Amino acid sequence: MSPSFVELFYLVATGLFVFSLHWMNDPKTARRGVIAGALAMAIGMAATWAQPFVQNHGWMVLAVLAGIAVGWPLSRVSLTAAPQRTALSHAFGGLAAGLVGTAKYFAWLGDGPEALTTFRMVAIIAEVILGFITFTGSLFAAGKLQELNWVPQRPVTYFGQNIFNGLLLVVAIGMGAMLVNDPASEIAPLLFGGVIVIALLFGILLIIPIGGADMPTVIAILNSYAGLAAVAMGFVLENKLLITAGALDGASGLILSIIMCRAMNRSYMNVLFGAFGSVAPPQEGGEQGEYRADTIESASQIMEQANQVVIIPGYGMAVAQAQHKVRELYDQLLKRGIEVKFAIHPVAGRMPGHMNVLLAEADIPYTSLLEMDEINGEMPQCDVALVVGANDVVNPAARSDEASPIYGMPIIDADKARTIFAIKRSKNPGFAGIDNGLYFDEKTWMLFGDAKTVVGDLVKELSGESGF
Amino acid sequence: MKESKRYLPRSVIVAMATVIVILGVGLAANSTTTTVLMASPAMAPSHGPGDVDYWGMVFVFLLSAFIGLGVIRRVSRLLHTPLMSLTNAISAIAVVGAILVAGPDYPIEIRVLGLIALFASVTNIVSGFLITDRMLKMFKRD
Repeated sequence: MSPSFVELFYLVATGLFVFSLHWMNDPKTARRGVIAGALAMAIGMAATWAQPFVQNHGWMVLAVLAGIAVGWPLSRVSLTAAPQRTALSHAFGGLAAGLVGTAKYFAWLGDGPEALTTFRMVAIIAEVILGFITFTGSLFAAGKLQELNWVPQRPVTYFGQNIFNGLLLVVAIGMGAMLVNDPASEIAPLLFGGVIVIALLFGILLIIPIGGADMPTVIAILNSYAGLAAVAMGFVLENKLLITAGALDGASGLILSIIMCRAMNRSYMNVLFGAFGSVAPPQEGGEQGEYRADTIESASQIMEQANQVVIIPGYGMAVAQAQHKVRELYDQLLKRGIEVKFAIHPVAGRMPGHMNVLLAEADIPYTSLLEMDEINGEMPQCDVALVVGANDVVNPAARSDEASPIYGMPIIDADKARTIFAIKRSKNPGFAGIDNGLYFDEKTWMLFGDAKTVVGDLVKELSGESGF
Repeated sequence: MKESKRYLPRSVIVAMATVIVILGVGLAANSTTTTVLMASPAMAPSHGPGDVDYWGMVFVFLLSAFIGLGVIRRVSRLLHTPLMSLTNAISAIAVVGAILVAGPDYPIEIRVLGLIALFASVTNIVSGFLITDRMLKMFKRD
């Protein structure tokens, strides 16, 4: 295929990618977006493959088949595991970018150093650093989300952590600068290896101090890095399709991470270097009352008499796989003419939009899922707020307690409802290790236990009483 | 969905402007040196270092980044998880780079790196598009 035709197909693919993302603005057209994206990918791949200098077909087909064999099962994972899967595929994306950069460097080094212009070297170094940071960083993030044993779950911090990390980055950039200056010196391959090793290490060091509550932001940032690595690859290979598609991906990750940071009232820098959740929160001795636990029977009686119930899901619902039981509860309440809405906090769960997907999986219509800003005005009229495994996103300390690590974070005003039921696994504080004043509120009743069991019992109680 | 907020904090705008300026200055400095080194290496997909339109690439990057920001900020918040898996699949466009490294007549070590990259990208393409579609099928109105 002649070069102009390749460019023409790349242009078509770019247009389709833009439309693909455009159609994501509405659930009604979103599936069209997936088809457009897949079509664009197929066009880009085929146009590249059909160029005359591409040989080696047998091995490449084998690699593609292996990719399909691994990719297929990865697309069938349960949606509770969607954050891990996403992190894992960021790792694959970073690996691909890093390897292509490395391969291209050594290919050009073999051709003769005059091919390694300053522009290409800068682009290669950027690609390799971004790619390998994304690779190990995402692997560790996936391990944390999967709660693997060899990955520390709690944030790991040590003295001088940020200084050490900063120095490491300075060393990597210094080595990169030496490479740019003289890309074909005797020690150049060694320096290149050094840059790779530091990038790999840096990815790990970047993730270990980050707590579970910050995972949505971190996944979004890694998404953005994977896109930027593709852009750098485009600069290396002088390929405009890589640049456009990578830029779209980078922009998406950037916007998502900004939304996540806003939703926690924290800056980018604070998420990456703040080691959230490692600080012991100030304990106010004794003045916080006792938990008041309630029985399923009385909870269901109060719910039956409500006009409006707002359900606030959190990560606990995902862990317990309680979304289908929540759906049954939703049906039971609707049957009684009670208005039921879901209040979704942007950072509820472990990735952006996590709760929406889980509730959609349980066949709850998306018109009942309301954003924090939309629901907060209605909370004072709400009779019952049911908190299912959410913690920090309903913690009133974010409004009032300046000493709290989450002070200033916008929250769902569950405490303004007339009655609050909170389902909680145990009496321990949540993932971020912060005590929640909502649980000690005099309007709050605790329902201790696994979210799935408790909601299931509520459903049983409600359906039993209605005489079915 | 609500749209009224400013989506780009000032720090991000400053950071983007800085990157663009660095790229531009680097290019301006670079183009004076590369025209001297007009020797053209023979490997297939790459042109000689002198005749590449670097400026064109920077323009393409800048404009597509802005299109990306414009399009993504309109995406419904409901769909942020599918959006992420979709962009994940789109970033597997790295497959093009992998083919360009694995395909030509390079030494075997380099082609092996390309093949691994090809495998990793295809994994992302397949799992990314399929799971996005699977999620989107679940979003129903009533």
